[in-house]
Amino acid sequence: MSAVWTQLWPYLALILVGFLPNEVWRALGLVLARGLNPDSELVLLSRAIATAIIAGVVAKLIVFSSGALDTIPLAVRLAAAACGFAAFLLVRRSVFVGVLVGEAVLLAGGFLLSP
Amino acid sequence: MHGTAAPSEPRHPFLEGLASACTSVFCLVLAGTYIGLGALAHDLGFTSWWFALSTVLIWAAPAQVIVLSSLGTGGALIETAIGVTLSAIRLFPMAVALLPLIRGGARRFRDLLLPTHFTSASMWVESLRLLPKMPQERRIAFCNGLGTGYMGTAVVFGFVGYYLAAGLPPLFAGTLLFLTPMSFLVSTARNSRALVDRIAFGLGLVIGPLLTWYHVQLDLLWTGIGGGVIAYAIHRLRRMVS
Repeated sequence: MSAVWTQLWPYLALILVGFLPNEVWRALGLVLARGLNPDSELVLLSRAIATAIIAGVVAKLIVFSSGALDTIPLAVRLAAAACGFAAFLLVRRSVFVGVLVGEAVLLAGGFLLSP
Repeated sequence: MHGTAAPSEPRHPFLEGLASACTSVFCLVLAGTYIGLGALAHDLGFTSWWFALSTVLIWAAPAQVIVLSSLGTGGALIETAIGVTLSAIRLFPMAVALLPLIRGGARRFRDLLLPTHFTSASMWVESLRLLPKMPQERRIAFCNGLGTGYMGTAVVFGFVGYYLAAGLPPLFAGTLLFLTPMSFLVSTARNSRALVDRIAFGLGLVIGPLLTWYHVQLDLLWTGIGGGVIAYAIHRLRRMVS
């Protein structure tokens, strides 16, 4: 019984804390014909909270990396993120250029500085 | 050499949507994003099928990053759910704006369920651009084709990233893992047009790692509430002053 539970639990967790809390907003959009004003104060505050959460996740993935990314020194990861972001700002706010430059710096720095 | 396309039989709108998805720039963006997410899923110990299912069910990259990093590092379930639902609020105005465009072509309510589930930033942008030129009765099938094309791309490249991360030497696997934070760093910055979003973005970058460093419980939730509320307060104060 507990073996089955161990197998099923990741899928149950996916539905409970991944699928349902995400899908509820699409469903609300379908059910409420007119709905919330996308410029309302409540939407503004929720968006700010969500933006801060995503930024927090991003920074954690860079600073407290796991696995293979952790074999590349922290200084290289931070420098790569900074260079990528600078390139994004300089080149017409292009996501593509930002990612490309960040990855190139990470690869070069990792190649030169990894143990 | 026949330079002109045969006007005779119009393609089925589903196939037209599928073709439109595969030739769009978002296809490339999705491929890159999901290679990174697939690598992250491998790194955090999820199975590749679990990750593919999460792409099909959640179909929102920011929510998937939160689920992966939170569940993968033993975060609290309630914190994961709150983070996901806050990141998903943006889907609501998208669905509200998209559905009136296709509602006219629906004979039954259930015809709208699939297009509703496909609602995402890429699908929304392309639909608003392409649907108004299209007859009502073709729009739902077109949306389903578009959504299927995007989701199929994401699932396939999720597997690619997952197995590349498993097989590559550490430096290259590390480069794949870096795709997720790097692409979200710049794409979130690009989506942050209003000052309140930019302040929240900057605060989140600083508060997130600090709380983790000090081993604060529910760190992501506090990052969101702290960064979001401070940014919102600054926005209100500025408006009161001006």
